[in-house]
Amino acid sequence: MIDRIHEKNVAITGIGQSEVRRPSDKSAMRLTLDACLEAIADAGLTRDDIDGISCWPGDNNNGDAFSPVGPNALIGTLGLKVNWYGGGYEGPGPLAGVINGAMAIAAGLCRHVLVFRTITEATRRQTDKGASALTNKTVGRDSSASWQWYTPFNVLSGVNLMAMYAQRHFHEYGTTSEQLAQIALTCRANAALNPKAIYRTPLTMDDYMASRMISTPLRMLDCDVHCDASTAIILSRADAARDLPNPPVRIEAIGAALHQPWSWDQIDLTAMATRDAADMMWSRTDVKPSEVGTAQLYDGFSILTMMWMEALRLCPRGESGRFVEGGRRIALDGTLPVNTNGGQLSGGRTHGLGYVHEACTQLWQRGGARQVAPHQVSVVASGGGPLAGSLLLVRD
Amino acid sequence: MTRKLPALTADNRAFWQGGATGQLQMHHCAACARFFQPPSPICPRCLSLDVGPRPVSGHGKVVTYTVNHQPWRPDLKEPYVIAIVELAEQEGLQFVTNVVGIDPDQVAIDMPVRVRFEQVEDVWIPLFERAA
Repeated sequence: MIDRIHEKNVAITGIGQSEVRRPSDKSAMRLTLDACLEAIADAGLTRDDIDGISCWPGDNNNGDAFSPVGPNALIGTLGLKVNWYGGGYEGPGPLAGVINGAMAIAAGLCRHVLVFRTITEATRRQTDKGASALTNKTVGRDSSASWQWYTPFNVLSGVNLMAMYAQRHFHEYGTTSEQLAQIALTCRANAALNPKAIYRTPLTMDDYMASRMISTPLRMLDCDVHCDASTAIILSRADAARDLPNPPVRIEAIGAALHQPWSWDQIDLTAMATRDAADMMWSRTDVKPSEVGTAQLYDGFSILTMMWMEALRLCPRGESGRFVEGGRRIALDGTLPVNTNGGQLSGGRTHGLGYVHEACTQLWQRGGARQVAPHQVSVVASGGGPLAGSLLLVRD
Repeated sequence: MTRKLPALTADNRAFWQGGATGQLQMHHCAACARFFQPPSPICPRCLSLDVGPRPVSGHGKVVTYTVNHQPWRPDLKEPYVIAIVELAEQEGLQFVTNVVGIDPDQVAIDMPVRVRFEQVEDVWIPLFERAA
């Protein structure tokens, strides 16, 4: 039995987010500062308290819109003196920055870690319609250990791979386009109650069915919406969190496992890596799936939300389609509210940390018009394909 | 339709150039007597170094697929079919490819297919067509 203790000594104590725009006229660094300064203040801390900084994926591609700001730049800009810092792409998906920061605190390296994620894909899309965050953009031949197996076949976006997972899910479990649509419809309904969401106009099943096919069976409305935004959270050691203004949201359990190759075609095609992460997470806690008050589940593509629901045992495997049908169960007043701020499909592709921000917003009952019933447990999960990480958050 | 070509290495060369002799070459472990993909200098199952390319029949079936309609680049001829094909030799021995020579609407999961190579420079890209 792996020691289950460590992440329980870490809590989220503050959150912040810049404007979420399509596009923003603020610089990537300004968006980042808006998010980070708000999070530090929300936690009741000052700059001098921050002794760690963490980011996924970091600025691993020289200012590319997928992640234009990393820890290195921010340390100097904020004048931080850190005892630990880290960023990078390789890890258990978009929550890797949170997971790494929590581990640094659990290991005793630091007390208050600033975790952030900035993205400016809306600005980039204005000039580069074909841009894909995933594919290797090297000039000449593809030397990527992963992407060289896909780009020669003109797999030029993650949507092509996710579409093949969706098609297989349809084949094995009888999942339908109408069921898939419900993720988009639920997100849009929730976004209508979120002033910061990108798309807030009502959406009908007819609208969904009329939306452009991108890569069968996925339509435009199955794909998340690019935005410019930065999101930040503060992680604090539990004993340092006690005297801060917000009720600590403990990291009850982390899921970061990958028990398959890091590959898009050599993995379980109807669960991807979600089940590896989810099983690890539940093995590290006595909390049960039935206790979850909101589920903030990655919706870069609608099918991923459904696979996460199954992996996290929020519904039986293969039955997510029937579970979401009609939308009642996953609505704000349902038994399992999902993506309460509109997710990435309608809220905006903040890419990972947005889900953590919303989970805390709900746990702290700051949701305003979209606030669900009071609850103590939230599950956050992020990633698709081989990228998968999950967090179980508990407000004591 | 233009294609981005893979950078060839000692490990992947047989896969990408097998088509020069009309044969699809997949890496095989002599100790396990099993194929594996992608090719590498070691068997991921038993860690034997006694591995190398071995020709396969080129027959298989569609495990899943998608019809791409999005014009990611001006030179693409959409719609085109992207698929994962499982080879007849071994369950789970599969990779991403294109299904060609067929109306995209006709492609289906479990459809039997066979390999057909498209040469671009020194790379023979393994594509698949419907098998009779």
